[in-house]
Amino acid sequence: MSSTITNLSVIQHSNAMQSTKQKAALAIGLSGLFILALALLNVQLPNKAIWLSISLAAIVAGTVMYANDLYLHHPAGIKNNGIWFKSLTSKGVLGWSLGILLTLFYVIIYWYPQYLGFNGEKGNTGLIAFFDPLSKLLNGHAASQWFVYGTLYTVAILSLGYKFILKYRHNKYQVVRTVSVMFFQLAFAFLIPEILSKLNPDKAYFTKDIKNMWPLNYYFFEDWHLKNLISGGNLGMFMLLFGLVLIFIGSPILTYFFGKRWYCSWVCGCGGLAETAGDSFRHLSNKSTKAWKFERWSIHLVLVFVFITTVSVIHSFLSNNPGYSIITRNQFIYGVAAFIAVLIGGLYFFKRKNMDKDAVYTMVSLAVVLVAVMLLNQFSGKQNILFIDSYKLRQWYGFAIGAAFSGVIGVGFYPLLGSRVWCRFGCPMAAILGLQQRLFSRFRITTNGGQCISCGNCSNACEMGIDVRAYAQKGENIVRSSCVGCGICSAVCPRGVLKLENGKEEGRINGGAVLLGNDVDLLQLLKNKN
Amino acid sequence: MEHIVIIGNGISGVTAARHIRRLSDKKITIISSEADYFFSRTALMYVYMGHMKFEHTQPYENNFWVKNNINLKNGFVKHVDTSRKILRLENDEKVHFNKLIIATGSNSNKFGWPGQDLEGVTGLYHKQDLENIEKYTTSTTRAVVVGGGLIGIELTEMLLSRNISVTFLVREKSFWDIVLPREESEMINRHILEHGIDLKLETGLKEIIADENGRTKAVITDKGETIACQLVGLTAGVSPNIHFLKGSGIELGRGVKVDRFLRTNVEDIYAIGDCAEQHQAIGNRRPIEAVWYTGRMMGETVAKTICGKPMQYNPGNWFNSAKFLDIEYQTYGWVFAQPKENEEHFYWEHRSGKKCIRFVYDKNTREFIGTNILGIRMRHEFFDKALTEKQSIDYVMHNLSAANFDPEFFTRHEVEIKTAFPHQLQPA
Ligand SMILES: Cc1cc2nc3c(=O)[nH]c(=O)nc-3n(C[C@H](O)[C@H](O)[C@H](O)COP(=O)(O)OP(=O)(O)OC[C@H]3O[C@@H](n4cnc5c(N)ncnc54)[C@H](O)[C@@H]3O)c2cc1C
Ligand code: SF4
Ligand code: SF4
Repeated sequence: MSSTITNLSVIQHSNAMQSTKQKAALAIGLSGLFILALALLNVQLPNKAIWLSISLAAIVAGTVMYANDLYLHHPAGIKNNGIWFKSLTSKGVLGWSLGILLTLFYVIIYWYPQYLGFNGEKGNTGLIAFFDPLSKLLNGHAASQWFVYGTLYTVAILSLGYKFILKYRHNKYQVVRTVSVMFFQLAFAFLIPEILSKLNPDKAYFTKDIKNMWPLNYYFFEDWHLKNLISGGNLGMFMLLFGLVLIFIGSPILTYFFGKRWYCSWVCGCGGLAETAGDSFRHLSNKSTKAWKFERWSIHLVLVFVFITTVSVIHSFLSNNPGYSIITRNQFIYGVAAFIAVLIGGLYFFKRKNMDKDAVYTMVSLAVVLVAVMLLNQFSGKQNILFIDSYKLRQWYGFAIGAAFSGVIGVGFYPLLGSRVWCRFGCPMAAILGLQQRLFSRFRITTNGGQCISCGNCSNACEMGIDVRAYAQKGENIVRSSCVGCGICSAVCPRGVLKLENGKEEGRINGGAVLLGNDVDLLQLLKNKN
Repeated sequence: MEHIVIIGNGISGVTAARHIRRLSDKKITIISSEADYFFSRTALMYVYMGHMKFEHTQPYENNFWVKNNINLKNGFVKHVDTSRKILRLENDEKVHFNKLIIATGSNSNKFGWPGQDLEGVTGLYHKQDLENIEKYTTSTTRAVVVGGGLIGIELTEMLLSRNISVTFLVREKSFWDIVLPREESEMINRHILEHGIDLKLETGLKEIIADENGRTKAVITDKGETIACQLVGLTAGVSPNIHFLKGSGIELGRGVKVDRFLRTNVEDIYAIGDCAEQHQAIGNRRPIEAVWYTGRMMGETVAKTICGKPMQYNPGNWFNSAKFLDIEYQTYGWVFAQPKENEEHFYWEHRSGKKCIRFVYDKNTREFIGTNILGIRMRHEFFDKALTEKQSIDYVMHNLSAANFDPEFFTRHEVEIKTAFPHQLQPA
C-alpha cells in the first residue's frame, strides 16, 4: 500500500451533493446545535427546560431525517460511495476542521470547564446551566461538565446509531449489535447511574455504571473510590462486588466464548461512539505493518502502566487503611507477584506454540511488572513504587491515558486517524481482552476457502487497522488480539469470504491453509504438516 | 544463478514469483507495463466508486518486493527471442532469461464496431481504462454499457455511483443467461431495473457515432434505436493479451498454448493465467479460464515445476463468485444454464425475490453436481468436500445448515428449503 499514488479521482462528484430534504434535515440538526451555541454564549433563553428539549430534539430529528432520506430510497446494500472523495471523510478541509473542533471541545471539557460555564460552588452559567433542568430531573443536582458531556454523548450514539442501522439494515448482525450499544449507553451509562445517585443523595461519589469495569475505569481501585464504595451502603457493596465478579469471572468467561467483541462492540460506550458516530471515519485507520508494530508496543505499555498504577494504589490503600480490608499489604504484594508468576509460567508452558509477537511482548511486559512489584516491596517506604509516589502515578495515568488519550486523541482525532484510535493504541481493557482473545477464546473470523479476490475492501473498512486481506487471500482465519468483532469486514466483502464465528479452539489458527483451488492431496499435506 | 523472468505483474505472475521465492533463491524479475506494483484488478470498480483509494488495491506493501528479493521492472515487452533467450523492451533494453513465464493477462474484446476507437469509448480491464473513465465522466450524464456479463454490470454500478444514467445493452434474452439458468438470470434482471438502470435485453451495438470533435455522441443499436450518450463501455468479454508474441515461435491459439505442466512448445517458456490456453480443456472447464482463481492456482503450480518439483495444473472442484449490484453470487461444482440429460435441478427462491439456491444432481445416482446461490453465503469447504467425496443431494440437504456462511443473526432458510425439496422431485 504505497502512499505515493494519489487518488485517481479528478472530478467533483455529484453524489457528494445533498438532496433538498437532506439539506433541510441538516438545517434542523444544525439549529439544534445553534441553540446550544447560544446557551454557551450566555444568551439567556426564557425557559431552559423547553429550549433544551427543542435543541436535543432538533439534533435527533435532523439526523433521523437525514438518514431516512439518504438510505431508504435505495435498495439496501453497502453504502460507501465517495467516502474517499468527500472532504469530511477523507481527511480534507472539513475533516481537519471537525478534528480540531472536537479536540478543542475535549481540551475544554477536561481542563477548562469554566469556559462552558462550570463554576463549581458559585453556580453554573452558560452551556452547563442550560443542562441544569435535565440534570435536576435525573439526578437531583445541578449539571456538571460531565453531565453535559454524558448527555451529548448519549444523543450522538442514539441518533448516529439510528443512521448506522439504516445504513446496514440488510445485515442483522450489525443491527442487533448497534441496538445493543445504544441500549447500554442509554440505560447503563446514562440513565441508571443518574437515577441511582438521585436515590442515594447522601453518598459520596462512586461509579454506578456497572459495565464500565477496570481497567477501562482506571479509578475503580483507587483508595478514595474503594472507600466510597465500601461506605456506600448496599449499593456501594453491590457495585464493588459486581465490579470484581465482572472483572475476574464474567469477562474472562464471555471473552472465552465470544471473543472481546462481547464488550468492545456490543457493550462498551467508547466502542459505541466509535461504531456509531465514528462509522464514517473507520476506513481512515492506518493499515501498515509499522502501525501494527507501534500498536503492540503502545497498548502493552498502557497495560503495564495501568497495572503498576493499580497495584500501587491498592498497596497504598492497604497501607493507609489496614482496618478496611481482610488482607495485608504484604500479602497483597506477594499475591500479585505469585499471580503473575503463575500466569506467565502457565502461558509459556501451555501456549508457547501459539505465541506470536504480541503475546511475547506482553509476557515480557508483565515480567517487567513482576520485577517492579518485587522492587517495590524491597524498597517500600510507604507508598512508593519504583520510587514514584502512587498518588503522582495515578495522577499521571489519569491525565495521560484517562483524559488525553481516551478523549482528546481518541475522539478528537476520529476524522484523522479513524474511529478506534483509543481502542487500538490506548485502551488497557482492549489489551487484556485482546490477549485473551488471541490465546484463550473460541472466536475467530473464518475465511471462506479460496473465494478471496484480494480486493481489499475488508482491510480498508477495518477500523482496527487489521490487514484482513493479508490473511483472507491466503485462506487463513483471522485471529488477532485487536479485532473488536465489529463485523464490518465481513459485511463489505463482495465475495462473502469472511464470517465471525465462535467454535472449537482446535484448528482456529490455520496457518498455511490449503483450500485455494488446486486439487491437492489433503491427507498428504496434513501428514507433511505434522 | 538461474534468472526467472515473468512478464506481467497480475495475480498469476505475482503468485508464481512468491512461490518461487518460497522454494528457492533464484533470481526473479517481474516486468510489467501497467503499474509499478501488483494491484487487484477486481477492485478497480471500488476505486472509481470512492470506496477505496488505488493504493488500497495493492495487496502487498511496497517494501515487500525488496524484502523478498523480487526485482520489479516497469516496461513493455515488445519481442521475445526464444533461441537466444532475450526479451526486448519497448525502450530497446534487453533482458536475458533462463526461464520465462508469460502472464500477460487479457484485453477487452472489441468486435470491429464502427466508432469503437472514438474518444469516450472504453473497456474496463486495465488501470488506464479506469483513468480514461475518470476523464470521460467529468462531462458525462448518460452512458451506454455494451455486454451483459460480470464486468458490464460492474461498470454499470460504477457509473450509477456518480449519478450517471446508464443504458445497459444485453445481446442475450436475459442477463448473463449463457451461464445463469433462467430464474437466477431473471432475478438479476429485476434487480438491475430496481436500481433504475435502463436494461435493454436482446439488443446489440451497431455503431457508435461522434460529434464534431470526434467525441462519442450516441450509439445506434441493432434495433435501429439511437441513444445519446457521452460514454460507451465495451464489456463484451476479454481475450488473451498475446499480440507481442506473434512470430516468436511460441505456439499460439486464442491464447498461448500450454500443456498440463503449463509449458509452451518452447523449452523453458511457460504461460499462466488469463493468457494461457490448454491444448485440451480439463473436465468441464474451458481451455482459457479468465478468472482470478485460475491465475492463482497456475502461479503456484508453475512455481513448483520451475523449482524442480514438476507439478501438473490440476484444478480442484470448480467454484466462483461475483456480486451483481447488491446481490452476491456464489457457485460450487457445475451448474449450466440448461440442465444436461442426466441432471435434475432443484430451485428454491425466497419470497423477497432476492435470495435463491439451485442444486443440481444426478437423476439416477442422486450424486450432487453443483449449486448456484444468490443472496446467501455458503461454505466453500463444505461443498468442496461434498463434491470430492461424491456425496448425494440428500447428504447436502441434510447438512445444509453446516454449509451456511451468512453472518450471525441472519435469517436462516434451511427448513424452508428442505421442505420445498421433495415437492419438486417429480421427474421432469
Ligand atoms: C473489472 C474486473 C473484475 C473482475 N472480477 C473478477 C472476479 O470477481 N473474480 C474473478 O475470478 N475474476 C475477476 N476478474 C478477472 C481477473 O481479474 C483476471 O482473471 C486476472 O486478473 C488475470 O490475472 P493475470 O495475472 O493472468 O493477468 P493480468 O492481471 O491481466 O496481469 C497481466 C499484466 O501484464 C501486463 N502486460 C501484458 N502484456 C505485457 C507486455 N508485453 N509487457 C509488459 N507487461 C505486459 C499487463 O499490463 C498486466 O498488468 C475481473 C476482471 C476485471 C477486469
Ligand atoms: S477484523 Fe473485521 S471484525 Fe475485526 S475489527 Fe476489523 S473489521 Fe471489525
Ligand atoms: S476477504 Fe473479501 S473483502 Fe477482503 S480482500 Fe478478500 S474478497 Fe476482498
